[in-house]
Amino acid sequence: MSEIIKTEQLTFSYPPDEGKEPVQALHGIDLTIAQGAFVAVLGHNGSGKSTLAKHMNAVLLPGGGKVWVSGMDTSDEALLLEIRRRVGMVFQNPDNQIVANVVEEDVAFGPENLGVPTDEIQRRVAAALKAVGMEEFTLHAPHHLSGGQKQRIAIAGVIAMEPACIVMDESTAMLDPCGRREVLDTVKRLNREKGITIVLITHHMDEAAMADRVVVMDSGNVVMDGPPREILVRTEELHAIGLAAPHTVELLHGLREDGFDVPLDALGIQECAEAIARAL
Amino acid sequence: MLKDITLGQYFPGSSLAHRLDPRTKLMLTVLYIVILFCATSFVSYGLVAALLAVGVKVSGVAPKALVRGLKPILFIICFTAVLNLFYTPGDELASFWIFTITRQGVATAFFMVLRITMLIMGTFLLTYTTSPIALTDGLESLLGPLKKLKVPVHELAMIMSIALRFIPTLIEETDKIMSAQKARGADFESGSLLDRARALVPVLVPLFISAFRRADELAVAMECRCYHGGQGRTKLHVLRYQARDYLVLLAYAAVLAAVLVLGRFGL
Amino acid sequence: MKPIIRVENLTHTYGENTPFCRSAVKNVNMEILEGEFLGIIGHTGSGKSTLIQHLNGLLRPTSGRIYLGDRDIWADPKKIRDVRFRVGLVFQYPEYQLFEETVYKDIAFGPKNMGLDGKEIDRRVRSALAFAGLGEDLLEKSPFDLSGGQKRRVAIAGVIAMEPEVLILDEPSAGLDPAGRRSMLENIRAYHQQKGTTVVMVSHSMDEVAENVERIVVLADAGVVMSGTPHEVFSRAQELLDVGLNVPQVTQVAMALQRQGVAVDPAVYTVSALRAQLAALKGGRA
Repeated sequence: MSEIIKTEQLTFSYPPDEGKEPVQALHGIDLTIAQGAFVAVLGHNGSGKSTLAKHMNAVLLPGGGKVWVSGMDTSDEALLLEIRRRVGMVFQNPDNQIVANVVEEDVAFGPENLGVPTDEIQRRVAAALKAVGMEEFTLHAPHHLSGGQKQRIAIAGVIAMEPACIVMDESTAMLDPCGRREVLDTVKRLNREKGITIVLITHHMDEAAMADRVVVMDSGNVVMDGPPREILVRTEELHAIGLAAPHTVELLHGLREDGFDVPLDALGIQECAEAIARAL
Repeated sequence: MLKDITLGQYFPGSSLAHRLDPRTKLMLTVLYIVILFCATSFVSYGLVAALLAVGVKVSGVAPKALVRGLKPILFIICFTAVLNLFYTPGDELASFWIFTITRQGVATAFFMVLRITMLIMGTFLLTYTTSPIALTDGLESLLGPLKKLKVPVHELAMIMSIALRFIPTLIEETDKIMSAQKARGADFESGSLLDRARALVPVLVPLFISAFRRADELAVAMECRCYHGGQGRTKLHVLRYQARDYLVLLAYAAVLAAVLVLGRFGL
Repeated sequence: MKPIIRVENLTHTYGENTPFCRSAVKNVNMEILEGEFLGIIGHTGSGKSTLIQHLNGLLRPTSGRIYLGDRDIWADPKKIRDVRFRVGLVFQYPEYQLFEETVYKDIAFGPKNMGLDGKEIDRRVRSALAFAGLGEDLLEKSPFDLSGGQKRRVAIAGVIAMEPEVLILDEPSAGLDPAGRRSMLENIRAYHQQKGTTVVMVSHSMDEVAENVERIVVLADAGVVMSGTPHEVFSRAQELLDVGLNVPQVTQVAMALQRQGVAVDPAVYTVSALRAQLAALKGGRA
């Protein structure tokens, strides 16, 4: 598989406050993300996960090391538009990324900037709204929508640029459970059906469980990297860096101590219940 | 509550007035104002009134809504009328204490009130039938030639449309912050004018901080969606003049000509 | 325990006489008992924000009454400010309401509005800061230089400093990471235990409500649909799912086990409780 995003020895420091030492947010990250993958990046607040995400479409530029998007160096200013077209970004606060007063105008914003011809924009807007299941809201005012709906509009705005990858920078953090489910179902479908690479930045374990690959960050380093079944069962390590394992894993852990013969990696509700029933 | 304020004053609809190109409507409004200021007699005012009446009829906007729109400026209208009534020199009609009413005064006051009222109603007709976005689009397109003079037309239009987008969000936020401070005992309703102004500090500071944060985040989000100014930008909806646009413009021009000709004959 | 707040037939309609007319709460009757730790849950749009803004008189009922102690809080509308001091309300994302130059001044805003003297204000600011889990070294800092979690704690301290008889928190842990959420909830629990005053926590997360509160009120579609101890509420887990709430993973596992014919009580909401049940089951079988 070809790679969409690659970082090599990526370091980054935020400019310091007056009279203070600069804070290094990333310490030499080497990460390769394959085209079509669904990757969750986990970490507590301040672990560097958002800083890493912002390097993936040149919102931030490397302090040291390199970042490539489909082989394009993000520090090459001439490639900026193409990089941002290819890797779209959805942010945390739904209100602060919607530009226009009408849903369709907002979705059209990206293609308009790219100089896409009018009839092609209209086709893309319709297709993007359909892909996120918001076609009936085409002419609505965004501020009347729910948080989950607003985020789906933001996703549609990215899709209308026909990207290869969507980075979700804590896009579910401000949503209620219903809104979160809406957004997650949407990105999961886009990944499966359209082959769009998804990078999901989150601190929710259950969201990480639905990814193909989990990258765990702590104080600017990648500390774990692998499929969810291997990562999410490492209860103690997760606790040590301020995260929590899914309750299913916690339960299975406890039952093992009680002498149950259960696997640890039955992450889902149903498979967890089945494993317990078998061991009884 | 603040939330209940209606903004933009736009009444959605599909009348002829709604379907006209926003650029046409902007030009019509300018034409209308010119006509209004050229009118000097009963006959020509009658003509403008007829034009306005036709506009209202065609737009399907309730006349009541137009009259209601006058309320906030009622004071200005009365003030102008009174000034004109008492301070226009001419043939004395009546006089008491230091005030003198003249024939010319009555006439000026009457026409002044008529002019302001019709001016306001005419411009309301524009905002009632045109969505703020269409208005912005129309302005951007009409002012396009000014780009050659280095006027940042695209940027101004973008500022306007973002402002329109964020007004409801900021109103909601103001509401929320006011409630939060009230929950800590802030009092916005009593005390002297100075007290009340001071009481707004706990609302304005968080509001400004939040507005700046939003602006920051929005700027990044816009850049992520490849925004790089107006250059090479295309549009989802392209404005195109239809036959009806030309016809209505022609009609207005005819009224203007009529008013000018009438003026020549002192009517 | 006797009720400290009583809600009687509360209805609140937004935008009356407009096409957007909508009742956010409808005929709600409920009680908040003196000294209890109550959880109110409901999804977005269930009316919970509207409900709690009635409890301290920020909103006025369209119809119905709110009693604080034995008094209708709207009996004398001029005294409504006193109700707000007695029923402290912390809004969702309260960090966005900070405005003063220093943490000290911001926390002192409420007590100052109460007309307290400088010495009393000082005592309250320091005590509230401790309850919110912050150190006194922050007092002279600008609240805008703090981290997101610290800002939120300052905002909560600003309400605690009014020493209200009832403290209401709307989604106090929203947007925090797991560690931040855990310590926030620990602080709130400690506050309730040490102060002994009534605490109401509003949330859409069943997990955190279930593990912390003594009693739960469930709101859906502008009304109360359930109330009782966590055990009573979770014994009707399927109904919770039906009104669009999510139940803790542990409860879902227990429900799945029951469907498979394992004799567990599905009204569990902590890992340790389910673990104990299963251990007992296995012990019985062995």
